[in-house]
Amino acid sequence: MIWPRTWQTNNMRIVALLLLCCALSGVQAQGSVFEEREFETIDQERRFRNLTNELRCLVCQNQSIADSNAELAAQLRGEVHTMILAGKSDADVVDFMVARYGDYVLFNPPVKNTTVLLWFGPFVVLGLALIYLFRQIRNHRESLSKITPPS
Amino acid sequence: MIRVVLPLVIFLMIVGFLAAGLYRDPRLVPSPLIGKPAPAFSLSALRDADRQLTLADLKGQPVLLNVWATWCAACRAEHPLLMELAHRREIAIYGLNYRDDRKAAIAWLGQLGDPYRANIYDPQGILALDLGVYGAPETFVLDAQGIITYKHVGVLTPDVWRDLATHLADQ
Repeated sequence: MIWPRTWQTNNMRIVALLLLCCALSGVQAQGSVFEEREFETIDQERRFRNLTNELRCLVCQNQSIADSNAELAAQLRGEVHTMILAGKSDADVVDFMVARYGDYVLFNPPVKNTTVLLWFGPFVVLGLALIYLFRQIRNHRESLSKITPPS
Repeated sequence: MIRVVLPLVIFLMIVGFLAAGLYRDPRLVPSPLIGKPAPAFSLSALRDADRQLTLADLKGQPVLLNVWATWCAACRAEHPLLMELAHRREIAIYGLNYRDDRKAAIAWLGQLGDPYRANIYDPQGILALDLGVYGAPETFVLDAQGIITYKHVGVLTPDVWRDLATHLADQ
């Protein structure tokens, strides 16, 4: 490298800052589809918003039915609305959707025997990796202490 | 030796999982309705608005329930196979005309041929919702008692029909 060391550090700082900006700009909040919907209470409206944000649109599968413009999403929003007005609980609405579309319709998959690996697997792998790492460090320290010449 | 072999083994396992994942379509959603009775419904027949079709019309024999629409380009691709299956009397085929326009659908069948014993006209997707339909084409297999035994999402190809026929023979 022919330029001064401070330039290298400053360049690195600029690059790091630019990368940070890129990472932050990648976060996009998508607006919910605007519809006029009437509710009897504020609580019902809150539940509608929560439920439609937690249910996946099967057509545009990375969006919730709150955000998606697909016709199916509109139909499902209507169903949720109707069910809430009819006095059904959140669990009823979720059961209705899961009965027809399966667990994939939920953005948070339930913890069942089939999803235990999905939920806890990463932590288990992390734990194993940490154990391996600490053992390596300990072995390394031991071998270091053996070769250090007496002062 | 194990320090070399273990990471390699773990790596190969990960590669195995990723390779298996590569050949699966992540957009396919398995149906929770397999083994359950088809939902009850009462909707008009496509060609005769005064005639109501219900689940009873689908019972009595194994049937294919084919979800289609005129706006679905892929449905045209599977249509010749459906025509052939109907011509060879392999299985009774019923149609679920999904979110469509009645006149356009009838004209479409007039142009391409009609393999269906009857068509359920579902412009609002009421039965489709209860069946967990999320696109077209989709094909359900119902047994003689009206239990859903198989669901295929996507175009019905000869390969898919082969799998279906084997499944039907096992039933």
